[in-house]
Amino acid sequence: MKENAVLEMKGICKSFPGVRALQNVDFTLCKGEIHALMGENGAGKSTLIKVLTGVYSKDEGEVFIEGHNGAIAIRSPQEAQNVGISTVYQEITLCPNLTVAENMYIGRTKGVLQNWKKMNAKAEKILRDLDIPATATQQLGNYSIAIQQMVAIARAVDMNCKVLILDEPTSSLDENEVNKLFGLMRNLKKEGVGIIFVTHFLDQVYEVCDKITVLRDGQLVGEYEIENLPRIQLVSKMLGKDMDDTSDIRGDVEIYDDKGAEPVFEGEGLVSNAGIKPFDFYIKKGEVNGFTGLLGSGRSECVRAIFGADKVTGGKVKMHGKSVKISKPIHAMKNKIAYLPEDRKGDGIVGDLSVRDNIVLAYQVLKGFFKPLSKSQAYKFADEYIKLLDIKTASADTPIKSLSGGNQQKVIVARWLLTHPEYLILDEPTRGIDVGTKVDIQKLVLKLASEGMSVTFISSETDEMLRTCSRLVVMRDRKVVGELTGDDLNQNMVMKTIAGGGE
Amino acid sequence: MKSAKATLLKIVSNQMFIPIVAILILTIVNLIGDPSFFAISYGENSEGAWLFSGNPVNIIDNGTSLAMLAIGMTLVTAASGGQDISVGAAMAIAAGVIIKMVSGELTVSSDYASPLIVALLVALLASMLCGLFNGVLVSFLKIQPMVATLVLYTAGRSIAGWITGNLSYKFSAPSFKAFGHTLPGIPIPTPIIISVVCFILIALVLKFTTLGLYVQSVGINENSARLNGLNPIAIKLASYVILGVCVCVAGFVTVTRTGTFISSTFAKDIEMDAILAVALGGNALSGGKFNIASSVIGAYVIQYLKTTLNAFGVEAVALPAYKALVIIALVIISSPSAREWFVNKWRMIMPKSKNTAKEVA
Repeated sequence: MKENAVLEMKGICKSFPGVRALQNVDFTLCKGEIHALMGENGAGKSTLIKVLTGVYSKDEGEVFIEGHNGAIAIRSPQEAQNVGISTVYQEITLCPNLTVAENMYIGRTKGVLQNWKKMNAKAEKILRDLDIPATATQQLGNYSIAIQQMVAIARAVDMNCKVLILDEPTSSLDENEVNKLFGLMRNLKKEGVGIIFVTHFLDQVYEVCDKITVLRDGQLVGEYEIENLPRIQLVSKMLGKDMDDTSDIRGDVEIYDDKGAEPVFEGEGLVSNAGIKPFDFYIKKGEVNGFTGLLGSGRSECVRAIFGADKVTGGKVKMHGKSVKISKPIHAMKNKIAYLPEDRKGDGIVGDLSVRDNIVLAYQVLKGFFKPLSKSQAYKFADEYIKLLDIKTASADTPIKSLSGGNQQKVIVARWLLTHPEYLILDEPTRGIDVGTKVDIQKLVLKLASEGMSVTFISSETDEMLRTCSRLVVMRDRKVVGELTGDDLNQNMVMKTIAGGGE
Repeated sequence: MKSAKATLLKIVSNQMFIPIVAILILTIVNLIGDPSFFAISYGENSEGAWLFSGNPVNIIDNGTSLAMLAIGMTLVTAASGGQDISVGAAMAIAAGVIIKMVSGELTVSSDYASPLIVALLVALLASMLCGLFNGVLVSFLKIQPMVATLVLYTAGRSIAGWITGNLSYKFSAPSFKAFGHTLPGIPIPTPIIISVVCFILIALVLKFTTLGLYVQSVGINENSARLNGLNPIAIKLASYVILGVCVCVAGFVTVTRTGTFISSTFAKDIEMDAILAVALGGNALSGGKFNIASSVIGAYVIQYLKTTLNAFGVEAVALPAYKALVIIALVIISSPSAREWFVNKWRMIMPKSKNTAKEVA
């Protein structure tokens, strides 16, 4: 084991049926170090953490912990805690209806009798030592999410943790709260705790971390000192695109000429309750554009605000130059806007209903309560789109949940095409589906645009966006930070803009 | 052979399979016990009206209020993923309104103090308000349906008592009781006619509106329903108000049957039977897909069971215990894991028989 290291993971491999989630990954954490674990979706960050905390058992590899001779086996989260590994998750896993002290000691008391006074005093002392503005006897639910998170950290610290894992702790915090949390992290660092920090916010990584380990597609890209890894390189390492790789993949696709055309949709100062900064946006007839940025940068929240999927709290919207009000999905639908949500399972499909019902749903809602489609009409529409989009299903009556991900996605696309929208928003339509279907969907987008539909296309894969979009809106930390068109549409520019300041 | 197997599997996995099997079993038990159970006679009753009578008619007649509640309860279950336990209390309110309005100041009377139609409309309004109240708690305030409806479950009978001054009423105008018994010149009990009208109505509503699709979408995936332009709150609210209408019809049928009303015992414990009817009909109590016809058959199964136990001479006091036993059996058989077990067993048996056939060949 390296000197000063508190945790060392060597050659970790983990496979799931059909996926190699981790391949030969090494990870070292030193004493008193804040270490960022970075990577895009599916890079293997959470798998690595779950292996470390005993949620998953590793297939191969060794884990060493300071103070234990030789490799140790971690078979459960309880065992992980016993060797000094604690995790604070994005979602608060404490009980809001108990007091702060109770939460700190829950599951750690001995026997049936409990000295409440002593427990409260001990909790109070820890809170004061760590400078956490909470009172031991107060109910946890009374405090903000940030403080609740700090209490979770205090609980972890009191369990003599050597390794503290913070999994996306800042995603629901505001700036002030983030600063408080960072203060606490720095305190712990002084005390020699090793912290693994998982986040999507680049600025935060550069503010508080000492080292960065980057994963991509289940493999280790490398471990870097923060000073030696400029933002732009970090982004390129996460995305797996070399800065020098200037191959232009637009190639055969014509760039849409938007001179003189009226915008179909125009938004000014749009803002929703999902935590994005107000943004302006427009799209013209037959245009394909996209929102790009790292995960959590706010690209989905932007299109949700356009469609009225989140509570729209401000901004003006025009369709074809006329002011309209879009505060609910039905308003957007009536204005011929369609939206394929990012979370297919949670927001898209209606699982137990048939493919047919799923296809006609939005059309039926637009048509109205008293005008149900006849069965034969519904079958006609369903069969038409099953054929058009080549949806692989046993029949139109099959429940959608028994279809594969890609085919489910096609059903949702069919649902919206059936409403004949003027403006189609596709949020991550290609996530988690096979390559063939991905290409199908991209082709479809270009075809629809050539027929005059406006399309906003979002994808985690920059390649796909460059291939389909003629304009990219770039986002970082829930803000629009740039817009790329024409010759700027290449990997280098996209990455540069995503990385932003501090190049 | 294979198609026969497929057909059989299709039948077994059909939602109506369990309630229909239950009917068959009850029928067989009765046939063995006493075939005369099924005798239907056509004759004059004590009041001099000609009508059909006998257990089969009685079952459908007496099952009316439960079948009405099953319609509404199915929609509420599907849309909100929970049940309304206040329907018995709400029925008491509706029936209390009716009897108070027709009786006026007299507790024993046979003259209308106000016209029946007015009483019925006010009762309808009252029970729809009950539904609306429950619906608001469930959809706006997002309270669990069973907890939300506990409010009215507790308070409903007191409200009904307040309406009727906690008195026991007896109203015996022949035209009033006709709705619970028979209309002059028609040989079929009126509740059966009322229920048929209601079935036709709900069937028309389901055919000529998109209620079914909307309710199921909201029940299965509320987020997705919202993003498809539906208003989940309004749809849940509507399902509770429709249940309110069903409650009014059920209360009306029940109160006209006896012509008497006591708030504390009127339609007591009917809510549990209504929920059971939905479950027996193979509808998931967690919401989503639904089949009203199946629930209605479930309601008649419960009535059939009660009548059968009566015929076997089970004492009224012991009835709930016997009912519970039968219900436990039915619920276990119709549970998803039991069904899965049956299907698996079936699959294990079937290929075996195929193999032996091969070996023989």
